[in-house]
Amino acid sequence: MGYESENAQHFQQVLCKLDKDVWGRKMSETAQTLYVQMTGISKQFGDVAANEDVHLDVRSGEIHALLGENGAGKSTLMNMLAGIYNPDKGSIYIHGKRVQFHSPEDAIKAGIGMIHQHFKLVEVLSAADNIIGGQKGSFFIHRKKVRKEITTLMQRYGLEIDPEKRPVDMSVGEKQTLEILKVLYRGADILVMDEPTAVLTPQEAKKLFSIIRNMRDNGCAVIIITHKMQEVLEISDRVTVLRKGRTVQTVQTVESNQQLLTDLMVGHAVNLSISRPAVSQSGAVLSLANVSSYANDKRKLLDNISFDLHGGEILGIAGVANSGQKELCEAIAGLIKVQEGDIDMLGNKLIGMTPRSIARLGVSMSFVPEDRLGMGLVASMGIVDNMMLKNYRDRGRFFLNRKPASSRANHIVSQLDIMTPGILHPVKNLSGGNIQKVLLGREIASNPHVLITAYPVRGLDINASHNIYDLLNAQKKNGVGILFIGEDLDVLMAFCDRIMVLHAGKINGIVAAHDTTKEALGAMMSGVVIQKGEQYGSSDKA
Amino acid sequence: MTISFLMDLLTAGVQVGTILLFATIGEILTEKSGNLNLGVEGMMLMGAVVGFTTSLATASVTASILAAMLAGAFGALIYAFLTISLRTNQTVTGLALTIFGTGFASFAGQNLMGLRVPENVNHFFEPVIVPGLSAIPFFGPVLFRQNLFVYLGYLLCIVFGIYLNHTRPGLNLSMVGENPAAADAAGISVSRYKYVHVVAGGALCGLSGAYLSLAYIPNWQENVSAGRGWIAVALVIFSAWSPYRALFSAFLFGTLEILGVRLQKFDIPISPYFFDAIPYLATILILILATLGKKKRHGTPAALGLAYFREER
Amino acid sequence: MVHLTKRSHLSPKNALLIRLTGILLALLAVGIMFLFMGYEPFLVFGSMLKGSIGSAYNFKETVLRAIPLIIASFGISLAFRMKFWNIGAEGQIIMGAFAATYVALFMPGLPRFLVLPTMAAAALLVGGLWAFVTAVFKVRFGVNETIITLMMNYVALQWVTYLQYGPWRDPAALNFPKIANFKEAAILPKIFGIHIGWVIALVLAGALFYFIRHTAFGYEINVVGESTNTARYAGIHVGRVVLITVFLSGALCGLAGMLQVSGISETLTRDVGGGVGYTAIITAWLSSLSSPVIVVVSFFFAMLVQGGDYIQTAFNISASVAKILQAVILFFVLGSEFFVQYRLKWVSKEKEEGVR
Repeated sequence: MGYESENAQHFQQVLCKLDKDVWGRKMSETAQTLYVQMTGISKQFGDVAANEDVHLDVRSGEIHALLGENGAGKSTLMNMLAGIYNPDKGSIYIHGKRVQFHSPEDAIKAGIGMIHQHFKLVEVLSAADNIIGGQKGSFFIHRKKVRKEITTLMQRYGLEIDPEKRPVDMSVGEKQTLEILKVLYRGADILVMDEPTAVLTPQEAKKLFSIIRNMRDNGCAVIIITHKMQEVLEISDRVTVLRKGRTVQTVQTVESNQQLLTDLMVGHAVNLSISRPAVSQSGAVLSLANVSSYANDKRKLLDNISFDLHGGEILGIAGVANSGQKELCEAIAGLIKVQEGDIDMLGNKLIGMTPRSIARLGVSMSFVPEDRLGMGLVASMGIVDNMMLKNYRDRGRFFLNRKPASSRANHIVSQLDIMTPGILHPVKNLSGGNIQKVLLGREIASNPHVLITAYPVRGLDINASHNIYDLLNAQKKNGVGILFIGEDLDVLMAFCDRIMVLHAGKINGIVAAHDTTKEALGAMMSGVVIQKGEQYGSSDKA
Repeated sequence: MTISFLMDLLTAGVQVGTILLFATIGEILTEKSGNLNLGVEGMMLMGAVVGFTTSLATASVTASILAAMLAGAFGALIYAFLTISLRTNQTVTGLALTIFGTGFASFAGQNLMGLRVPENVNHFFEPVIVPGLSAIPFFGPVLFRQNLFVYLGYLLCIVFGIYLNHTRPGLNLSMVGENPAAADAAGISVSRYKYVHVVAGGALCGLSGAYLSLAYIPNWQENVSAGRGWIAVALVIFSAWSPYRALFSAFLFGTLEILGVRLQKFDIPISPYFFDAIPYLATILILILATLGKKKRHGTPAALGLAYFREER
Repeated sequence: MVHLTKRSHLSPKNALLIRLTGILLALLAVGIMFLFMGYEPFLVFGSMLKGSIGSAYNFKETVLRAIPLIIASFGISLAFRMKFWNIGAEGQIIMGAFAATYVALFMPGLPRFLVLPTMAAAALLVGGLWAFVTAVFKVRFGVNETIITLMMNYVALQWVTYLQYGPWRDPAALNFPKIANFKEAAILPKIFGIHIGWVIALVLAGALFYFIRHTAFGYEINVVGESTNTARYAGIHVGRVVLITVFLSGALCGLAGMLQVSGISETLTRDVGGGVGYTAIITAWLSSLSSPVIVVVSFFFAMLVQGGDYIQTAFNISASVAKILQAVILFFVLGSEFFVQYRLKWVSKEKEEGVR
């Protein structure tokens, strides 16, 4: 068999032709259209029931959204479809045939391709190697041939990527393209995408949607896991809503609307709006002027950053992943070196200072880092010991004094309604929302002038998120200047006073939050420079 | 220093280096799968004592080598079961394996002290001259008038070099060591890859021990490996996980060790104990150099030392 | 088919029970090994017990073995708390012993009452520095400390061998390569017939426990061990904490070396380490790095070593059996940790088929 015909056969599978019987067996009418059927699925993790009696069916040629809050069990369900977990109860039918997956390998063989929210790529291997990794085939790798196959595949689907490029050098969008190529190369006809737009700009998301529609039109079944309502309404044909591990309902997208879906998702009527109280702003509590920071290999992490943060203001920071958000926070907090520029906090120069010397200034800065358990808290310690983290050495103490920390721990637990078996219970065993409350609680307790929060609602459900918004708004009313690094543009636009967009370590514009559009923000995020006049123009400096 | 001294030095260096080479390749295989096995010294000793005992009992070279490799593989299997299936701390488990292997070797070797391997086995390791290649000036005699073990070393380098860079299992292995979750999602059985390569690595450490006790030091002595297993672990870093570079670094270290021995013959007013310490001091030095140089050159498997468990929640 | 689930809670009693089962299984495994060798396991274990605590003399010997093990384990546990894999305790013991010996033999002008304290101080300092060097490499360049600390053991060993066969060789010992014996002022006093090292070990156990739990520096060690990022965030100078802690770790091991030369051999030999530095790694880990537990576990391991010596004479079984036994116990206890963390659920074949 020549190369050409081998390839042709390969693509027949890829194109998921409905009239072809891929499995070489006669299939019934339903089996032809019903690609995925999951019935009565239950899965237990320790004492937590992640899924209980879940039902889902997905047809060929449809885009099916799986909607639910964080922790509703969407990812667990899809991981069972991808062979990563085994269901405790229930059955899965693929193409009308009952299956039991013992490993992802089995699921791949059945035609299921999963694109995880956290990309499963090997950073230091080439794109081509990432694509063929785990594939059956000849013992020796014929890299030239593989390259050709990938190029042909990319042409068919209008995808573009350099097969020799390594993910470590890729943008987020490129990585996602690579993930899609990976599953297409395997000839998958059932695609599962976990929160595919979470890290994309609106423009990139649009492009992704057209790729997904293209796959649907080729007869694939596409499942999209998401918690974003607009996305569901925009792209899906049907929606299945999960709540607390159970199926709530499956509805036709055209027959639903945002409020209906939200109510299904949360279980009671919720007020979706995030409030932005009007607060009279004071002068700048934090000013950065021409701040630049370099990595060890001379790469610029932060490039000439200048802005003012006012008291009583929430300044949102938007940007695609790794645009310098983390570095900006750490530079202000004194955790990384700043080679050029000035940082001024209420008249104190912060450049060259360590977190401890900043703490001694008498002005207070609080920082809620992105990595809560790996940076903000000591995972295996209890709340009490975590309360001491920043002031255990006050007044040069040699011996620890746990008394004030205990009372503070008790105070925070009761004030913020933290669910914990006790104040000595290791924080890593608490739920995500409670962990965040412990961290935020400690940082607010020191009465800061400046509060830096990085992705404070990531992974939290709607109620927990609104709790955090309320806490931050209360701080804003107290005159605290808040830096809010976020990823959901809808939230940033509703919650912040101004939004600053970072791109590749540079500021690509600061706009008033009430006076911008998602498209404008997306353009700035992807590096399109906004006209000079607009750059600082719309900020309402009091 | 004359040319003949240098040639003699390098020839002996290649012989000693081969001990390190087997163990280094073994540990490269192990670490490529994301497992750091610090039990190399122990597995070498297990291979050495089992190989030696088998040679006394059977007088068969093949049986002795196979037995030694099995012994090394057995040690690695204990380690693999604990770290892969029971997810124990890799550093501590490796140390435990070294302690176990050391104890096992001195236990099994208590009645072997001073015994010699049978003549025919020893005879097997006499140099075999490769026609043609050995005629190359200078390098010919150094590299191609060697015993069969040395040639086996060359072969393994090439075989594993190709295996890691140009085959599907080699690529899959890299994925397992770099990002086991990605490998798992791609349908690669992470545990199976880890088990196979950790155990194969152990077999190579056993082979290294067999070479040591059958060919290099054919009289049994306590602790015959003398820390070479640890040096091999360091050489893995120095070789940046490449079997080809392992050949170079192992021979470099072999030569260094021999240099110490040879220089003692000259009347240099330096204590012989200093020369004995050279390999250890050199190991420290190259580790520092390798670490300093590593910032540009990648090689460390990203998931080295971490247990992988799919259903982590 | 086996299903795994993470335990959400396990009572300390049950956790201890699982670990003890691990030790029992280890003994069983070695017992079976004895059986294959043609010995009656109960007889062998019985005489190990007898040889270690069966008489006042044997008990005393076991305590003498436990002392350096306990103190070296303390040292190791400090470094391990920060995930700094100091496996150079053997070398640090040797260098501590070397420093103490220098004071004992080559500082004749020292007032009598100052000899022992100076020896201890020298041992702490030199043992600490021997470890400190490796920490500098680690902190400054990020060099893997495991191999460096291990290599330093061999260097230390060569150093003392050199002294013993070279410049420090006692001419009075004629042709025998040994270093001179200590004078009385350099020998540790005894309490209840055992050198005062045991008192030092017990005092240190309490002090260390308090240090880790109730001092700011102990808190910093714990934070650094948990996550260096959290430590940086909290304003802890990570490099400095690592350097100081590793120095303390080496210093304690050095002290163990001083106790060996001053309390046991009364001179320096190349065998002063005697593998204690390696055994201490096991004991420290098995004790979950907690100092009171270290005392108990180290005593148990000293029993194994002492009992191993005893069966060598009684049964002509190599004393290295003790080493194997130690490693096997470590294997089993390491493995049992898994069952403390996870619960296995056996799903019967039929049920599995039923799901299919």
